[in-house]
Amino acid sequence: MTYRLIWRKAVNAAMLGLSGLCALAAVSVLLFILGYLAWHGGRALNWDFFTKLPKPVGEAGGGMANAIVGSAKLLLLASLIGVPIGFFGGVYLAEFGGRTFPFLVRYTTDLLNGVPSIVIGIFAYGIVVLRMRHFSTFAGAVALGLMMVPATLRSTEDFLRLVPRPLREGAMALGASKWKTIATVVIPAAYRGVLTAVLLALARVAGETAPLLFTAFSNRFWSPGWNQPTASLPVMIYTYAIAPYEDWHRQAWAAGLVLLGLVLATNVIARTVLSRRVSVPRT
Amino acid sequence: MATAPIAVRHGHPSRGPRALLQRLRSGDEAAHLITALFAGSVILITSLLVYELWANSVLSRHRFGWSFLFSRVWDPVFEQFGALPFIYGTLVTSAVALLIAVPVGLGAAIFLAELAPPRLSDGLAFVIDLLAAVPSVIYGLMAIFTLVPLLRERVEPGLGALFGFLPLFQGPAYGVGFLAGGLVLAVMVLPFIISVSREMLLAVPGDQREAALALGATRWEATWKVAVPFARAGILGSIFLALARALGETMAVTMVIGNNPQISASLFAPGYSIAAVIANEFSEATGDLYLHALIELGLVLFFLTFILNGLARLLILLTTQRGTAHE
Repeated sequence: MTYRLIWRKAVNAAMLGLSGLCALAAVSVLLFILGYLAWHGGRALNWDFFTKLPKPVGEAGGGMANAIVGSAKLLLLASLIGVPIGFFGGVYLAEFGGRTFPFLVRYTTDLLNGVPSIVIGIFAYGIVVLRMRHFSTFAGAVALGLMMVPATLRSTEDFLRLVPRPLREGAMALGASKWKTIATVVIPAAYRGVLTAVLLALARVAGETAPLLFTAFSNRFWSPGWNQPTASLPVMIYTYAIAPYEDWHRQAWAAGLVLLGLVLATNVIARTVLSRRVSVPRT
Repeated sequence: MATAPIAVRHGHPSRGPRALLQRLRSGDEAAHLITALFAGSVILITSLLVYELWANSVLSRHRFGWSFLFSRVWDPVFEQFGALPFIYGTLVTSAVALLIAVPVGLGAAIFLAELAPPRLSDGLAFVIDLLAAVPSVIYGLMAIFTLVPLLRERVEPGLGALFGFLPLFQGPAYGVGFLAGGLVLAVMVLPFIISVSREMLLAVPGDQREAALALGATRWEATWKVAVPFARAGILGSIFLALARALGETMAVTMVIGNNPQISASLFAPGYSIAAVIANEFSEATGDLYLHALIELGLVLFFLTFILNGLARLLILLTTQRGTAHE
């Protein structure tokens, strides 16, 4: 072997090894986060966390029951706002559609998808909080719901397009009208994929903090109805983590563990159980 | 009235209210109309978003004009607002993030696309996707309690001792600052670079590599000199995508950047970013001008990410189309 060849083989081995190390580094970040959070959060987690309200500053103990309920309410209302727009919009793009209008819809959807979450928060502040003159669960849900639209819309379109043409033609041949074909044949054939995408979108907005800071704001007590400021898990993690109290840090770890657990569990379930043999398009 | 153009497009010969009612009763026209309304609402919402940002920043735009972008003073008490420290902080943290995340991400993507057996590659890609799903506030929480102390006590003094002659690594080690913000961002954008680049590399036709291997290239040469250049535009697109993410990222940066509106050559110094100042000061902004200045910052951020996302999508489209054209 010439020196040149030895050199090339050495470079080959070195660079390929290095690329493996890069992959290892990326994966180990997740393991580190999971391990660290499980260690610190697990020690801080107790029954009170799920059932009690936050205690006043200086008193140890208390929990985040109001934030857990607040997050659940925000996500429910956000889904009610975001999913219909995304779903029916996606049905339109896949099944009806012309030339210019669908292009515009796709373009603005991609645009909306790229808008930073904090800017969505400013928007929700402008259209809801400024008009109603106070922070509310509703305002937070508008912000989160808007963030769910692009992912839901584009994946509904993609999954409906994946439904084979003969299936539609079969239904049409039996005399079904177009919307009946869509409602009873096409959508049932694609629902697993759509559901996967909706769950992933939900998991994504569940951890969003920035758009809630000045829409849902925060609350140290229960937030009855939909019209008052509410606590939510991500905002609580943020305020507790930057506060100077040891006990609040402990609670922030517990909340972090709960939030990450829910988000990752939703991801794993959506990606493995539901989407078996369905490829999730990236949004 | 709104259904009239749709009816024309479908070439229905019958007109008038009775015929319209009949067509609606069959369901197809109604379904078309309703779904079109939902689709159209996306256009409406997005236009409204741009309009709201524009209209609600009018005071600040009129008062400061273009000098808003170039002024270094941010003084709510005397109502002087300039965006330069925030733009600087956003760009510096993003640059640090890309400097670290691009080589590592590209390396990992090469491993996943070119070397790893398909099952391992899919498994690792799954983990990377999970990493992308971790909420940013969790990254911030981790960074406050692990990264910042590590930087303050070990890394920054070490870097200062080794490279202290560079202005980048001078000054006291606070822990929080541009470097901490950049490092957190690097970890956060890494999954995006890896998964998009991996897909771009997987889209490179196999015969390209085989031809290089047949000519006697090593595995690395076939990858680096043939596959990577082939997917060049798409990989660049993934980097732009990551940059757009980094610019708009709020919580994790807010928690570790130090929140001090200053322009400093040193990476150790505390700074501020556009998204962070909006997050911190928006709900406490007193006075309309203050609020409008913050919303104008949001407008700046919107335009930055708008341009980058557009470029990224164009590049990715170019690569995937060229990739499939060769099959």
